[in-house]
Amino acid sequence: MLKKILKLDEELAQDVPRSHKVHSVAALFDTPDEITHAARETSNAGYDKFDVYTPYPLHGMDAAMRMKDTNIGKFAFLAGLTGITVAVSMIGWMSGIDYQNIIGGKPYFNLTASIPIMFELTILLTGLFCVFGMLLLWNKLPQISNPLHDTNFMKYASSTRFGVAIEAEDAQFDVEKVKAFLAGVGGKDIEVVYYPEENIQKTSPIFEKKFIYLLIVVAVVTALGGYGAIGKLVNILPFDWMHNQFRVNPQTRSDIFKDGRSMQRPVDGTVARGFMPYEYTGMPDSLVKLLSNPVPMNEFSIERGKKQYNTYCSPCHGYFGAGDSRMNNQFPNPPTLHSKKVRDWADGNIYNVMTNGQNVMPSYAKQISRDDRWAIVNYIRVLQRAENAKDTDLP
Amino acid sequence: MESINKPIPDKISKLGYLLTGIGLLIIVVSFLVDKQRGAFDYLWIYMFLTSVGIGGLALTALEYLVGATWSVPFRRVCEFLAGIIPLLVILVMPLIFSMHDLFHWTHPEAVANDPILKAKAPYLNMNFFMIRVVFCILVWFLFYYFFTKNSKKQDTSKDPALTRKNIKLSVAFAPLFFISLSIAAIDWMMSLEPHWFSTIYGVYYFAGTIVCTLAIVTFISIHLKENGYLSPRLGNDQFYSLGTLLFGFNIFWGYIAFSQYILIWYADIPEETYWYMMRWHNGWQYVSMGLLFIHFVIPFLVLLPRSVKVNLKTLKIMSIWMVFAHMLDLYWLIMPTYSKSPVLGWQELGIFFFAPGLIMIVFGMKASKENLTPVGDPKLEAGLNFTL
Repeated sequence: MLKKILKLDEELAQDVPRSHKVHSVAALFDTPDEITHAARETSNAGYDKFDVYTPYPLHGMDAAMRMKDTNIGKFAFLAGLTGITVAVSMIGWMSGIDYQNIIGGKPYFNLTASIPIMFELTILLTGLFCVFGMLLLWNKLPQISNPLHDTNFMKYASSTRFGVAIEAEDAQFDVEKVKAFLAGVGGKDIEVVYYPEENIQKTSPIFEKKFIYLLIVVAVVTALGGYGAIGKLVNILPFDWMHNQFRVNPQTRSDIFKDGRSMQRPVDGTVARGFMPYEYTGMPDSLVKLLSNPVPMNEFSIERGKKQYNTYCSPCHGYFGAGDSRMNNQFPNPPTLHSKKVRDWADGNIYNVMTNGQNVMPSYAKQISRDDRWAIVNYIRVLQRAENAKDTDLP
Repeated sequence: MESINKPIPDKISKLGYLLTGIGLLIIVVSFLVDKQRGAFDYLWIYMFLTSVGIGGLALTALEYLVGATWSVPFRRVCEFLAGIIPLLVILVMPLIFSMHDLFHWTHPEAVANDPILKAKAPYLNMNFFMIRVVFCILVWFLFYYFFTKNSKKQDTSKDPALTRKNIKLSVAFAPLFFISLSIAAIDWMMSLEPHWFSTIYGVYYFAGTIVCTLAIVTFISIHLKENGYLSPRLGNDQFYSLGTLLFGFNIFWGYIAFSQYILIWYADIPEETYWYMMRWHNGWQYVSMGLLFIHFVIPFLVLLPRSVKVNLKTLKIMSIWMVFAHMLDLYWLIMPTYSKSPVLGWQELGIFFFAPGLIMIVFGMKASKENLTPVGDPKLEAGLNFTL
């Protein structure tokens, strides 16, 4: 299998048309010790534009090649500084200026809570900058292949042997001298590598129109396809948790009834359970006041009345019936319940207003049950008594 | 492997005895003048020496545990530092006799009127405390004894089986080390404020311990190398590794310290925050800020570039710096309980004489009896050949 692949490789390698411009002279070595020795000799001989290719990282190679400190550290440090700056400005703008929220009594912008984000962004941007920096600066991105690719040399240097290539850019480069030198340090299969035709003639294939069109088409298709697919995908419920069930919803179709509606009118002449018809609508106050309060004044009914009052009445009349709710000045001002008129009313009058409404106040008969309306009357009496307490009320 | 038989000069031990003598004088006088202050200062010294001793043991065990080769030439330095462990038995005595000056919870009348201390009494009581003290020192001593015995034997026998034995020992030691170190940190330092608690406290002390010990090992190794006591084949790559480890563990310390702080700061519960409030008033805030910069920010920026870590001179300076930072860290942990505002008098100078002096004595004694390099270790050759 391996042999087949290598053979195919060789055929492919010969297919790349090569120019006559020399890129480098390359030699292969069999053992790590030999290549380390060769690297040291090469740097000793004064070559500095050369590189060593090994199938796996070799410890001690940096020293043998006399590699200078790279600028990756400085680059990464600047990237990290960018990250930390971005994080501080982002949080400073978001929580310090644009959208101020008090969270846990802390200052809008506080350094302590921002440190985890500063930490994360520092690392994230360092990582991203280094990856893209590698692609652009080290791999020289518009150039998509190295002349050493698809050569006999690289085939072995990336699998079973070790190689060194002295590049033509070197100041003291001379093909014959380099060949002799490499043979002198024990190099085998010495090969002169030429630039492929396409590397020197054409601009990088990345800038070719066809490729750029392809990128645009891929981007558009991906975006539209993604948009469409996501619209469908998010509507798939993995579990419907009984969202869909056979049930009669209000104001919808239903096959249960003949007329196909889910909502039905009550049968003529029937009343709902607990419903008591009110027959005093439109009667004068003098008649209504004769109504007696069926709910006794006791702790339970006052408590019930207070709950209902706070829910339905307080938004306009205020929690203590003084007509001082936040509706004041935004609406016809709701009247106080402590006026002489209301105090002198019988329970029936108050009940009648709640049931039928008065002026802008609508009827509350639908929202509040009959007993609860009477309980509210009891609670209003309590509020009135509290507002106009006499000395004898004091313990 | 040729071993270097250059004996360590006597003047190290002599200087050690001199410094220890001065330190001892300060400690004794300090105890006589103000027993409580003396006790707190002495606790500071004791915790520092514990850091160095068990840190040395932990680094020895770590090397066996992960099978490191580059650190083999330095291992004897770690082992010599761990030689402080047997001395802890004597060093702990003055603390045992001044428990009442140090720990609020040792007063029965205080416990009786305090529901929190009452609830913590099953753990914080004298008998159980003593059991834990003995347990910790015993664990450290036993492992120290066996590790160094095997290591020493290997110098002459060159038997690889001894390495395998120590690997097994280090596996057993790892969990026991973390348990015993956490217990020591909680007992001796966290229980100074018995109402306060932090579950990360043991890890915090561990981080400081490793930073401090690595710094001392780096300093001593560089000093030995510069004066020709270690193999000349030892290159910058090994020291670079030490420096990287020091840098890494220092970041770990900052990470842990911040983790402890941010949780308490965010929750903002008075029963937890008061520990930091004590360190943020009456002058302590300068110590706290100083700790942040001395222990983390400055060393982080200085140790970040590679060039600093391959340069032995700068590395040596930074290792002294980190030892001082750990001293400051312990001062910051212990002393706010003693005094509402930071104190620095002649009493506090004891640590700067006693601790280095004692380390020198132990080192000198050990070095006069044993090789400075584990010549029988099968990994030594790989360690000396180590390149990045």
